[in-house]
Amino acid sequence: MSYRGRAKQFLESQNISIGDMISIKKEAVEYRGMLLDRAEDADQLHLVLKMASGYNVGIALDGAEVELLEKGEKPEINLPPLDIQQDPEKKDVSIISTGGTVASIIDYKTGAVHPAFTADDLLRATPELLDEANISGKAIMNILSENMKPEFWVQAAQAVADEISGGADGVVVAHGTDTMHYTAAALSFILETPVPIVLTGAQRSSDRPSSDAFLNLMSSVAMAKSDIAEVTVCMHSTENDNQAHIHRGTRVRKMHTSRRDTFNSINSPPMARVKEGKVKIIDKNFHYHKRGECQLEVNDSLEEKVGFIKSYPGITTELLDYHIDNGYKGLLIEGTGLGHCPDHLIPSLQRAADEKIPVVMTSQCLYGRTNLNVYSTGRKLLTAGVIPAGDMLPEVAYVKLVWALGQTSQREEVKKIMQTNLKGEINEKSSSKYFLRDYGE
Amino acid sequence: MVIKMDENIDYDKLGLMMGLEIHQQLNTTKKLFCPCECELTDKKPKYRVLRYLRPTQSELGKIDRAAFEESRRELTFLYDAYPHHTCLVETDDEPPHPLNQEALEIGLIIATLLDMQVVDEFHTMRKQVIDGSNTGGFQRTGLLAIRGHMETPYGKVTIENLCLEEDAARRMGQRKGKVEFRLDRLGIPLLEITTDPSMKRPEQVREVAYQIGQVLRSTKVKRGLGTIRQDLNISIREGARVEVKGVQDLDSMEQLVKNEVLRQLKLLEIKDELQKRDAQVEDKIHDLGEQLKDTESKIIHKAIKTGGKVLAIKLKGYRGLIGKEVQPGRRFGTELAGYAKKMGVAGIFHTDELPAYGITSREVEIINQFLEIEEEDAFILVADEKDKARNALEEVQRRAEMAMGGVPEETRKALDDANTEYLRPLPTASRMYVETDIPTQVVSKELLGYVQANLPELPKEKEARIIDGYNLSEDLAHQLVRQNRVEQFEEIVAECGVEPTTVASLLAYTLKELRREGLNVENLSDSLKGTFQLLKQGKISKDAVSEVLVGVLKENWTPEEAAGNLNLLMLSGENVSTIIVEIVSANEKLITERKMGAMGSLMGMAMKELKGKADGKLVNKLLKEEIQKYLQ
Repeated sequence: MSYRGRAKQFLESQNISIGDMISIKKEAVEYRGMLLDRAEDADQLHLVLKMASGYNVGIALDGAEVELLEKGEKPEINLPPLDIQQDPEKKDVSIISTGGTVASIIDYKTGAVHPAFTADDLLRATPELLDEANISGKAIMNILSENMKPEFWVQAAQAVADEISGGADGVVVAHGTDTMHYTAAALSFILETPVPIVLTGAQRSSDRPSSDAFLNLMSSVAMAKSDIAEVTVCMHSTENDNQAHIHRGTRVRKMHTSRRDTFNSINSPPMARVKEGKVKIIDKNFHYHKRGECQLEVNDSLEEKVGFIKSYPGITTELLDYHIDNGYKGLLIEGTGLGHCPDHLIPSLQRAADEKIPVVMTSQCLYGRTNLNVYSTGRKLLTAGVIPAGDMLPEVAYVKLVWALGQTSQREEVKKIMQTNLKGEINEKSSSKYFLRDYGE
Repeated sequence: MVIKMDENIDYDKLGLMMGLEIHQQLNTTKKLFCPCECELTDKKPKYRVLRYLRPTQSELGKIDRAAFEESRRELTFLYDAYPHHTCLVETDDEPPHPLNQEALEIGLIIATLLDMQVVDEFHTMRKQVIDGSNTGGFQRTGLLAIRGHMETPYGKVTIENLCLEEDAARRMGQRKGKVEFRLDRLGIPLLEITTDPSMKRPEQVREVAYQIGQVLRSTKVKRGLGTIRQDLNISIREGARVEVKGVQDLDSMEQLVKNEVLRQLKLLEIKDELQKRDAQVEDKIHDLGEQLKDTESKIIHKAIKTGGKVLAIKLKGYRGLIGKEVQPGRRFGTELAGYAKKMGVAGIFHTDELPAYGITSREVEIINQFLEIEEEDAFILVADEKDKARNALEEVQRRAEMAMGGVPEETRKALDDANTEYLRPLPTASRMYVETDIPTQVVSKELLGYVQANLPELPKEKEARIIDGYNLSEDLAHQLVRQNRVEQFEEIVAECGVEPTTVASLLAYTLKELRREGLNVENLSDSLKGTFQLLKQGKISKDAVSEVLVGVLKENWTPEEAAGNLNLLMLSGENVSTIIVEIVSANEKLITERKMGAMGSLMGMAMKELKGKADGKLVNKLLKEEIQKYLQ
């Protein structure tokens, strides 16, 4: 249990554990109910009771007379396994879970939320998936997406590859939304795929009836059955529950802390829209890899020691020097405007170049492309060996640099990789359509 | 024993028990979990959000039955939203902000006034409600205090729970399976006050509602239509607990209680009869498309033509009971239809009302034959889209099955005619789980101490104070308190220096009459003071006050303009004298005949002419003097 200090001592001395029915008497009143666990970060002075009405209350231990009424059974969820028949008419879609609660089960007795990890749990929560495909599922890790690390990208990529070589017609990766776009980029560079790989998640956790998880999952499975054999992100396209967008894994970014339609394609339109289970390409001119066009291939050596630095008006050289001094193999800079940083950083950047550390320049504007020829600072940065990343998103360029340095340690090779379009992450042409703005004017 | 619809009912003998649940909106500056204002709007929505809701899964069988039933309807919800009047919290596109402390404080004040025990730590819960009225699929609510008491002339009543919760979105209508809500009301803080189900008489419920209302009104709560909602729990010993939602009018409550008790009694009669007949609900759902393909019934014809189905079930032993009246004008069939309608169909056809609605006796005969209906058996028919029709009949089967057990526990809706209509099953405790986005909050001793030291004046205290302080009658004081006009009363008396009883009676009675005439007296504010100032200055008479106000309200005049335009300004003593002299000289004959006895008739004539323009006492005095002068 998560009770600590005084509360824990007290409960242990009374032989009371979570799930027991207890009575707590205070001056004028008696509370009866089931003892619940307490949040780990809460104080040590209160007990939490679930009353018969279903309400939880916290009752201070001070001046309380506690009595054990009945030992309870430790609440646990025991669900019978599902017996699902494979339908040879349907496509096989694998769902890989990396954590986050795309599906969860609520224990109403305690009110606790249990993430659904196994395919069975997932199907119990979303049985409609079975109408769409033969679903098999695997939980490969259970981490919040803010805790993702490059080594987990490799794990995820290998798990996806296993599913593909095992015959899956498409793979859905359930992922926390915070860093979903990093993982999407990583899988894009690591894998050559003959089938669709779709990342999805939920902005409103699936323990609430209004969760966006259902539409996202259903649309992802539809996408996994499609002809688009690329790594993509599938999430709500508006605040409405009736349509999802498919974003290319190297073009997508989380743009809102909480909205359902948080994911946007930047410097590119979304690839497709999914409505009522149908995938429709948005821009007919959009080139994409078709199912079966290439063989499965895994290039998963990465160089984790890459720094990611944002330029800002008060930035000092120490930040750059720290990375150089501490053996970083590459630096990704999120510059201002066309791709600038203050010129007092140039000596440090020159130092990085001298030590053969590639320094890649992106823009914190996100929209548009870098151009280091327009202003003198830009030209000086070029002279100092900085590699402009074009219209690549900073996060994507960071992931690409991690991957490129895993492929080669030659600075010139890295530069070539960074400036070559591999997975749709670079586009030479900018369109006026790629900048969204709607103030209802 | 068979009860008649208009019979008097002995509630004690039946073991009537009632509990009251009051929902009161608070008048806070912000909503409970976001910074939006707590006001409704009639403006056209700027955009609409489309959503679906799914009940969250639990261990098998542990799903809340009310939530489960809602989910079977697969409704689409459309929410009216605004860029500024509402925010992303209401559209469930942003996590809730921390609990509104102003609302918490009001809750603590009311808990203290109701003599309740405040919890040490407040936990916000999610109460699953997936009828669309909450965008998240749950209402946020928390238990703030328990076990208060209230004395009534009929005995002590326990106030069981005080919960602080958010109000639901406003239902605007339903079109083609899409239910429309407006987000303006969602999130307005509400207090829910629940009594124990110990009340035995409607009068007691009314008394408790009144007392709670008085306590609520002493704090910052919203007033007016729709800001307070009352639900009533009703059960009789052999019946079941039924929660009646939306009892707007306490005056019609007695009839409502009676009708609900009647319904329960009738359902018990039906149960006995069903058991006697060894009734049975057959599972099979039959397709009558072939049998009724040439029907004249428009509804059935249309359903078949548009690709729908005509489905039927057989209820063995139910004939005659479906048409039995359970409330004035409502039959057991209406109860069955209530369940069917929840699945989106317009209604049902049943044996006891056929032939009718274009279904001929020949067709009834065919159906009877096809379903092998015997003398005591009944059938139910539904024509609609296949899934809807099937779901509806399954619901009818479920309800018919329940009839053999007597009265089902239900949430029902109060209707205008004091009947009730089925809404959904009673929710269970299993629809509650914790709101993880809101930290728990300790109610500190300091905060509670502060609240207790700064309690507002209770209505009865206020009443006693103004009776003493202004020498008002009990009735006047009571009316002022009840109408929430004490503050206004004291302000006018202090500023205008008019005699308190005059002010009180205008506020308590005259304004009420004006409102009855359709005038919006709440618009008066400063004009009230202006009018009383005219009175104080002797420019108008007491009798003219009400007419001046009518002028202000109807014509948008200032009080001075109204008095002038309506010819209500007091005449000077000289002008009054002139008029009286005229009256006296015109009636010399009368005075000669009756001497001072003519005073009454002449006074009448004078007042007719001078009403509102001269003080009665002055007229009386001048008239007396003038008659005496004439007689001398």
